[in-house]
Amino acid sequence: MTDDPTAKSDAADLVRPYVITRGRGHPTRAGLDLVSLVIALPGDESPHILDPESTRLLALCRGGILSVAEVAGHLALPIGVVKVLLSDLMDTGLVATRRPIPAAELPKTQLLQEVLDGLARL
Amino acid sequence: MALPVSDGAAADVYLADSVKIAAKILIVGHFAVGKTTFVGTMSEIRPLSTEETMTQAGAHVDDLTGAGRKTTTTVALDFGRLTLSDRLVLYLFGTPGQQRFAQVWKDMTVGALGALVLIDPQRFDQSFDVIGLLEEYDVPYAVAVNRFDGSVEHPLEKLRAALDLLPDTPLVTCDARDRASSTEALMALVRYLQLRASKELA
Ligand SMILES: Nc1nc2c(ncn2[C@@H]2O[C@H](COP(=O)(O)OP(=O)(O)OP(=O)(O)O)[C@@H](O)[C@H]2O)c(=O)[nH]1
Ligand SMILES: [Mg+2]
Repeated sequence: MTDDPTAKSDAADLVRPYVITRGRGHPTRAGLDLVSLVIALPGDESPHILDPESTRLLALCRGGILSVAEVAGHLALPIGVVKVLLSDLMDTGLVATRRPIPAAELPKTQLLQEVLDGLARL
Repeated sequence: MALPVSDGAAADVYLADSVKIAAKILIVGHFAVGKTTFVGTMSEIRPLSTEETMTQAGAHVDDLTGAGRKTTTTVALDFGRLTLSDRLVLYLFGTPGQQRFAQVWKDMTVGALGALVLIDPQRFDQSFDVIGLLEEYDVPYAVAVNRFDGSVEHPLEKLRAALDLLPDTPLVTCDARDRASSTEALMALVRYLQLRASKELA
């Protein structure tokens, strides 16, 4: 997955995500989970030849922030596939995930209180 | 290039830019207990779903053949979203619990605050599998009896005993079609999680 991204052929790219997930089992970049928040980074994708799924993913994410699960839902792709595409796009510097707030800054008790307060306001 | 979002204005699809924290709660329970209904009732977006193709190690039937065969099954996860403050969003995942899909359960439970177990009192015995899974994956849970029309009122204490719940485990009733009632059930879960968190600190 770290090979030169410009060296891929279109035909190979069409089947690529499925091949990857089958080959890698359950590939995840450390810390990428269902509710990781994905942001497209400003940048030019033209030096990279992206497969059609990655192109769709990038276009979706350029509209605003979404979780990994929502990206999968909107693109109708399995979550495992989306994680692979995202880690490649992260390597390329085209997307990033919002850095989670460290537990030291947001203790669990405070998070739960914020959830409860939010629910009470509904 | 058109926005690859099927319908709805962008504002109904994307999170506010200020959101920094995403929390996750699971809505679990046996077949047709109201998980999808609950997620749809609570979600601020049109609920989404994803399909995961699971390779499941041969179950009992396969074991009889002695072949250790593997079967491929598709598991649908449906989920919804609730923005709770400028910086906080809550995702609700409706999770099938009747079979052992280890990878789906791993993905679902990692980082989950807790789970709400929906129960149809007429079929409470179908809930043992999912409760067992939550215990196995160490996910704290509360139990909500989903009120189906015409169902006989089951005394909660009898149900508590039948389900073998711990005295601390919240047991509430809800109507998965009603937002206020479903919100109350989630709040009962979160209050219980708070109690557990404060005990852990003590
Ligand atoms: N009367 C009544 N019907 C309900 C209630 N909740 C759900 N239903 C109905 O019960 C059926 C099953 O609900 P779902 O929300 O699809 O259940 P589920 O747990 O997602 O089902 P599976 O995903 O198939 O396991 C649907 O026809 C719902 O309309 C309830 O509180 N009262
Ligand atoms: Mg369902």
